[in-house]
Amino acid sequence: YDTFMTVSCHSYVDTSISLEQIENLHKRFQRLSDNEETISRKHLDSIPSLDNNPIKKQIIEAFFDKRNQHQDEVGSCEEIGFEQFLMVMSHFRPPSLKTTEEEKEAMRKEKLRFLFNMHDTGNDGTITLVEYRKVVEELLSKSGDIGQEAAKAIADAAMLEVASTNVPHMDPDDFYEGITFEHFEQILKGLEMETRMYIRFLDVETPTLRCGKSTS
Amino acid sequence: MPSRTGSHSPAGTGKSLPERGLLLLMVLVLLEGSVLPLGAASSPDISHQKNVDNHKVEHEKNYTKKAFPVLDLDYHHIQTPFEISLWVLLASVMKLGFHMIPRLPGIVPESCLLITVGLLVGGLIKLAGEKVPPVLDSQLFFLCLLPPIILDAGYFLPIRPFMENLGTILMFAVVGTLWNAFFIGGLLYAVCQIQPANPSELHQLEILPCLLFGSIISAVDPVAVLAVFEEIHINELLHILVFGESLLNDAVTVVLYHLFEEYSAAGTVTVLDGFLGIISFLVVSLGGILVGAIYGILTAFTSRFTSHTRVIEPLFVFVYSYMAYLSAEMFHLSGIMALIACGAVMRPYVEANISHKSHTTIKYFLKMWSSVSETLIFIFLGVATVDGPHHWNWTFVTVTVILCLVSRVIGVVGLTCVINKFRIVKLTTKDQFIVAYGGMRGAIAFSLGFLLKKEQFPMREMFLTAIITVIFFTVFVQGMTIKPLVELLAVKKKQEAKRSINEEIHTQFLDHLLTGIEDICGHYGHHHWKDKLNRFNKKYVKKCLIAGERSKEPQLIAFYHKMEMKQAIDLVESGGGVNLPSAVPSTVSMQNIQPKKPPPAKPVEKALPKMTKGREEEIRQILRSNLQKTRQRLRSYNRHTLVADPYEDGFSELLIKKQKMIELEKKIQHMNNYLTVPAAPPDSPTMCRARLASGRGTDFKPAQQQRGNKISPDPQAYSSKPAADRVPTIQVDLASPQSPDSVNLMDEFRRADQQEEDQGLMMKPPSGQSGPNRPREEDRGREQQKMTRCLSDPGPSADEEEEDEPFLP
Repeated sequence: YDTFMTVSCHSYVDTSISLEQIENLHKRFQRLSDNEETISRKHLDSIPSLDNNPIKKQIIEAFFDKRNQHQDEVGSCEEIGFEQFLMVMSHFRPPSLKTTEEEKEAMRKEKLRFLFNMHDTGNDGTITLVEYRKVVEELLSKSGDIGQEAAKAIADAAMLEVASTNVPHMDPDDFYEGITFEHFEQILKGLEMETRMYIRFLDVETPTLRCGKSTS
Repeated sequence: MPSRTGSHSPAGTGKSLPERGLLLLMVLVLLEGSVLPLGAASSPDISHQKNVDNHKVEHEKNYTKKAFPVLDLDYHHIQTPFEISLWVLLASVMKLGFHMIPRLPGIVPESCLLITVGLLVGGLIKLAGEKVPPVLDSQLFFLCLLPPIILDAGYFLPIRPFMENLGTILMFAVVGTLWNAFFIGGLLYAVCQIQPANPSELHQLEILPCLLFGSIISAVDPVAVLAVFEEIHINELLHILVFGESLLNDAVTVVLYHLFEEYSAAGTVTVLDGFLGIISFLVVSLGGILVGAIYGILTAFTSRFTSHTRVIEPLFVFVYSYMAYLSAEMFHLSGIMALIACGAVMRPYVEANISHKSHTTIKYFLKMWSSVSETLIFIFLGVATVDGPHHWNWTFVTVTVILCLVSRVIGVVGLTCVINKFRIVKLTTKDQFIVAYGGMRGAIAFSLGFLLKKEQFPMREMFLTAIITVIFFTVFVQGMTIKPLVELLAVKKKQEAKRSINEEIHTQFLDHLLTGIEDICGHYGHHHWKDKLNRFNKKYVKKCLIAGERSKEPQLIAFYHKMEMKQAIDLVESGGGVNLPSAVPSTVSMQNIQPKKPPPAKPVEKALPKMTKGREEEIRQILRSNLQKTRQRLRSYNRHTLVADPYEDGFSELLIKKQKMIELEKKIQHMNNYLTVPAAPPDSPTMCRARLASGRGTDFKPAQQQRGNKISPDPQAYSSKPAADRVPTIQVDLASPQSPDSVNLMDEFRRADQQEEDQGLMMKPPSGQSGPNRPREEDRGREQQKMTRCLSDPGPSADEEEEDEPFLP
């Protein structure tokens, strides 16, 4: 156990997750995996509080997506170890006061990439209309019948918005293939991802860290 | 009265030449404004004289019988409302004049100018030898002028940023205000006690009145903050920090004020009193919120049943809110917090229940009331300055101003040090500066000072003078310099662009994602609790408070409908798609993003004949007769319902006209397509909507008439449709649902269209196709009816989604 921890800590020095947090996460990991070395989809699937989450499937899928592991591989794996688990979690760390502008920019890109990968289920570098519709459908999946049709309309509108902001002039015969990462960045410019996509649990300076410990 | 001139000095000293010019301009504005009320006021005098003459003549003729007064004058009868109207008129005209002078609004904040106007008006009244009316009387201020402004702020409070920064705001509002009060009060007392060699009147000042004064002067004023911050367009974070603080510090001020007022009579304070003060603070703030929330829920619940009497809907919002304020004030709870809570709680439910028109009414009424109140408050502040008994004491006033500035800076810097430890988005030095500098004082402080009793506080006049000086200092010096400073420091400005649908999708996506990740971490952070609360809200609260189907509508769909609605209205107002306000003309349309279909055969289509003039005329005829019928049926006047008579207002009329034209064009065009080619399926409502959502590329070109029978993909073939198809789709018809057969008919018609496409080419004789089209005209009529209604009643409709179905691949 100790050696495992040192190994993982070693490789995450740069991700600014503190040792204490890693310990907490490791405890949680062991609880989820029933003290196994790896975790699989069914482990995450059985978390009761996730049941109500409309995008549960996508969240779980993101953990097994190889693109989120900072490697140049694509596709998904069946099981992940703690190291990979931590890697996914590191996408949710908040910026600190010391973070420079460039680092913030990099962080923002990384977070956006994570979101992008969640949408791009086809692994082809673009979010197609069909994929985007799926996302919106999932979002509305808890709202019953009206969800499906509205989802289509909303996804279409959203897609059209992307297309018209990024490629204002299109010939009628042109076909907008889908949202590329650059376009994705462009449309979510206003959201300030680096300051919004974080979990307090991973914040070094917060006292709420203790909560994590007591519940895990 | 030497003190009076003294009080002017902060505004008057050190005026440079351009500022003198400005002053001159202000006088001009005043004259422009005062001519009207003066003219209005003088007219009764003239009539009075005539009347007197009449009397004389009559009197000489008949000695016994008193003549029937043909014209009588009774000014006292109408005096109060008349004078109130004059003040309101003056305020409105001032506001009008202010915005008519070029360049001035860019330099001087409105509040400064209004105070100056007040000073001049007060001076004129004084010169005329009249008694200056006690305009800024505390009753009037707290019961009439303040509530509209606070309700406006509370109702339109941006909940999300407010809740996200609640900790920081509370810290500034509670701890910051406490710190300010004690720092200013304490040091002021200390300053008053020095100079033992030269005993002055200041030595009589005790510690408790000093603290009372400190607590009055320390609170940041929402009215002043709003007036200045709305003009500088600062970014949302800073705005909500300063503004939120000014709202929430009310509870602290109320408690401190009553506490010190009470104790200064007794003269001593015990530990128990301090303890009671803390409890009282909790009661005052939480009680205020509770009262507000109860009234908010009551409003929401009432609005559930107003669907038949739309006209009085807005009234419920105003009356319940005012009741909340009064109820809170009755128990000396924080009325401001009650109003804020009331507005914020009721808003989501009320908006789902009431009609679109009522919503607009509420918005405009609130804006109107609050802006008039604000104007009046600033003018009255000026008048009260001229009027008030002043006691100018150089030491006291100067020390107060300096202490106010110093304590604010120390307080903000000190508190941010603590707060930044807990914040993810840290407050930078620039932010701290703006928060400190934006701490305006205003009329609330003045009114509280005015409430003090002369017997209890012999220094009341000196207090009032100092308060007014501080207010003038913050409003004039800080208010005028904050804008250049914001520019100089390059503080991030507010983003003007409205939210896009993609941003909304991702905001929601992010919420769920973060909740999910927290769940996986096994950590119950604030996303987890927010999610719990949302679910509770959806499951129980919405069902109770929102009528009908809308309660089930998810937020994203609601947002989408709202956006759609707004764009539809913009589109119609701007001329049915001829001149869209959007800057970039985009040629992207739905077909650019739809997966491609096998291209239909083009050459064949060209050989087909175009629609003849005769046919066109025939269709026109059908359309006309049908439209007239719907009109007649609808023309029933009902005073209590806005919904039933859509033809009453010009907007609907315009809409109908436009719709008629577009409809016709579209019809012809559609027929052309239909008759000539088995073309690609016509725009489904979804497509149109999508197009509409993009808000671009809906240019209406006459050229499409000629090119209409060209096969798609051709954007122009679609270009006339969105305007036509869009309108029926956006709306909701609560009153009379579209008859099911008509929907089916349309669907079938479209399905036939689609089938044809699937089967490839199938030419049909043109005459055979008019059959299915005819019943559709009737639908159009009905849809129009629906459409006009929808403008007063937005919401989702069941059939709307049905129409989408057959077209989506």
